Amino acid sequence: MGSFFRSEQMSLAQLFIQPEAAYFVISELGETGTVQFRDLNEELNAFQKKFVNEVRRCDEMERKLRYIEREVNKDKVNIPDVRELPRAPNPREIIDLEAHLEKTEADIKEFSESAVNLKSNFLELTELKHVLEKTQLFFNEQDEAANGLDNKALITEDSNNPIRGGRLGFVAGVIKRERVPAFERMLWRISRGNIFLRQADVGVTLEDPLTGDEMNKTVFVAFFQGEQLKSRIKKVCSGFHASMYPCPSSIQERDEMLQGIKLRLKDLEMVLNQTQDHRQRVLVSVAKELQNWSIMVSKMKAIYHTLNFFNVDVTKKCLIGECWVPLKDIHIVQKALVDGSSSSGSSIPSFMNIIATQESPPTFNRTNKFTRGFQNLIDAYGVASYREVNPALYTIITFPFLFAVMFGDVGHGLVMLGCAMYMILCEKKIASYKHKGEIVNIFFAGRYIILLMSLFSLYTGFIYNDIFSKSMNVFGSQWQLNKSETVGEGGKTLDPFYYYKGTPYIMGVDPMWQFAQNKIVFLNSFKMKLSIVIGVIHMIFGVFMTIPNYIHFKKYSDILLQFIPQMVLLCSIFFWMVVMIFIKWFKYSSIHGDTPDVIAVGSSCAPSVLIYFINMMLLKEQGPVEYGCQKYMFDFQPVLEKILIVVAVISIPVMLFGKPLLFKMTHKNNVQKNGAIPSNGDVHQRQVQSLELTKITEQTMENSETNGNGVDKDVANQEGEVVFRPSSHVKKETGDDHEEEAFGDVMIHQAIHTIEYTLSTVSHTASYLRLWALSLAHAQLSDVLWTMVFNKGLTVNGYVGVVAIYLIFAVWAFFSLAILVLMEGLSAFLHTLRLHWVEFMSKFYAGLGRAFQPFSFKIILEEEEQE
Amino acid sequence: MGAAAIPFIIFTVFWGAVGGVAPFFVPKGPNRGIIQVLLALTGVCCWLFWLCCYVAQMNPLIGPQLERDTFLILAKQWGKPIQNLTDIP
Repeated sequence: MGSFFRSEQMSLAQLFIQPEAAYFVISELGETGTVQFRDLNEELNAFQKKFVNEVRRCDEMERKLRYIEREVNKDKVNIPDVRELPRAPNPREIIDLEAHLEKTEADIKEFSESAVNLKSNFLELTELKHVLEKTQLFFNEQDEAANGLDNKALITEDSNNPIRGGRLGFVAGVIKRERVPAFERMLWRISRGNIFLRQADVGVTLEDPLTGDEMNKTVFVAFFQGEQLKSRIKKVCSGFHASMYPCPSSIQERDEMLQGIKLRLKDLEMVLNQTQDHRQRVLVSVAKELQNWSIMVSKMKAIYHTLNFFNVDVTKKCLIGECWVPLKDIHIVQKALVDGSSSSGSSIPSFMNIIATQESPPTFNRTNKFTRGFQNLIDAYGVASYREVNPALYTIITFPFLFAVMFGDVGHGLVMLGCAMYMILCEKKIASYKHKGEIVNIFFAGRYIILLMSLFSLYTGFIYNDIFSKSMNVFGSQWQLNKSETVGEGGKTLDPFYYYKGTPYIMGVDPMWQFAQNKIVFLNSFKMKLSIVIGVIHMIFGVFMTIPNYIHFKKYSDILLQFIPQMVLLCSIFFWMVVMIFIKWFKYSSIHGDTPDVIAVGSSCAPSVLIYFINMMLLKEQGPVEYGCQKYMFDFQPVLEKILIVVAVISIPVMLFGKPLLFKMTHKNNVQKNGAIPSNGDVHQRQVQSLELTKITEQTMENSETNGNGVDKDVANQEGEVVFRPSSHVKKETGDDHEEEAFGDVMIHQAIHTIEYTLSTVSHTASYLRLWALSLAHAQLSDVLWTMVFNKGLTVNGYVGVVAIYLIFAVWAFFSLAILVLMEGLSAFLHTLRLHWVEFMSKFYAGLGRAFQPFSFKIILEEEEQE
Repeated sequence: MGAAAIPFIIFTVFWGAVGGVAPFFVPKGPNRGIIQVLLALTGVCCWLFWLCCYVAQMNPLIGPQLERDTFLILAKQWGKPIQNLTDIP
């Protein structure tokens, strides 16, 4: 269990890296993802850092990559996924990559610019073509009219006066369709109705060369008289962004022009296609490498960003960085140092130096895909303090179990099991979907929690004997009917003395209760007691968990002054209640008889555990009882209860004053002995760490010897010289600083803690009753759904019944899934979470740590992908 | 009234085996400790749950209250039909 019971041991290491090898070393470390670097240059602003230029170059490359990606996506070119992640590029390759990116970006830019030019040219020509084609019609009409006029005018022809002949001037152009009504109105106004406007739809959608949007346009011809109107119309046209085209007035000229334009269009189209092809080719070739490049650039940026955390040695011959390393991974880090140095070709090795620190290290629990979900549940409450007992280990079972106590139903459990199995069996497929959506992600991350919850629900459901609110009679009900029965109009209550076979149903609730009218009375009493039993045991378990913590942090006195009074308080009151519950279960039955012995244990004499409990707390005598019954379950019960109460009350002042008094005594002693007050724990911790260090050094020596590598040996030599130096950045945590803490603080702290604990024993025990409430609610809800919905379908006779049951099943199944599995499941989940966070973990868990955030390319790339 | 020995032994032995014996046979590996704890806790939880249910029904203080129809159907199903009633459909 090692790392999961407690977080891993961490040590602060100093890395001494040669500048030329630094890039490679960090790259290796990033691949392994084992160290968390500390920023040694926090006080510098971003521009003063050493590798700011490199980071900026990477930013620039990222911008170019984004631009290229956008262009690639615009052309709907598929970007293939990379199977193998490329390593961070060699710094020398970066220049090539940079040049390549620059060239590609410039190419693409040029393509788009020329494409825009060509396209706008193309658009103009197309519009002109349409103008010529559409206006043909208008002119034809006009010409006909004019010809008629000409015929009449043959007699008095006066070719010198064109106006007189009724010849009108005109302006032709193209305007966006949505602007036509306004345009028309405006023309009407400026001319007081003296402009004749003809319009026709272009018929095909055109493409905007800049944005690529589709546009619908309309061809118009405005006929008018007089030069003044013409200039006005032109102004209006430009105001409406209408493009005007020259249109010759004679048919011949128009035809010629049309032919010429068609020819030019054809040419242009060919050129356009060629450019498009070329662009496509470039983009396709870029797309292949795009993913690789962006990964490489992100890695590179991450490396330089990390290098900015490093200090430069005074001689400028080496970079010094500090990092947290899990003790188990030190050899990996060392290997990375050696690999990095050798791949850079530098002859001077880089090495690491473990330094002592009083700062508390980050918390690191090594998880796998199974335990991660549970660890996340705990971390959501608060990351464990360094080396504190990790509740996640127990949560793996207790969480699904408490959930299942509330959710117990075989049917709903099976539905859930199906979902969980699907998510687990198709794990790889689902994990590879990139955009799953938040809710799917949450469920998927908790797939193993769901699996265990469903398995436990199957078990508890089997014990509750509930399958969609129906029961199974697997082992044979232990209730029987006797010969020659009679039954009245109102039914019958079976007396256990005559109808009960003597031993309980082997596993779970007897199926007879399923159709009993007083089912709830029975289940109420059973489930309430069950939840108290489970709750008290769960809390006792939680208090027991403080022991490993006290032992590990060497607070042995707390076992005596904290753990024992806490345990006594909890057990003498609440565990006593559990004991009483069991005594009642064992002692009383519905036995019939006349002798006093028999009457005393009969059902009419069964006492209420709750009344006993209340009287015990209030120090009251038990009230009068029925004839033949005894006041107490056994003779010395009142005495025992008095003793328990006294013990419980005594344990409170022990809890309250024990620790502060001890502190005062030891505090005095220390002052007398030393004058100055060193903290015992600190000294000890340092010793422990020095032991660990020598162990590691030996280990690495061995490793390098077996490798027989020259560079390795150098490292080992360096390692041999490792000396203890206090870290330059030792920060004292004021919270743990007992030297400063006065007696008063300890006292106040302890008083709060004691009050909290004492009150919490009551409130937390009551809180576990939610197990009873929710499981009862779940069972009742599914019962109601069955009788109110599904039963309606079952009672319809004949062929109609077939259809009815078909439809009603759908309704029932929908509500079963949506309400009973999903909503009730979520609510049971939340209540379980609360029971763990508040009722269980508050007994021993501080949760004041900070998480270990290793420098890992994998994590960085995943985060980038999510954005 | 009381417990039958056989079911009690069977379940105690079964969950005892899961929680107390199986942990010793977990194959060696980095997760051995975790699996051991899981097995032990599973054994305890499941046994406790079964035990409470069993003990709670050992000495019933009340019996199931049945409707007349339910009662009659039960009697018929269990082979002891009630003859002297005429108004049963």
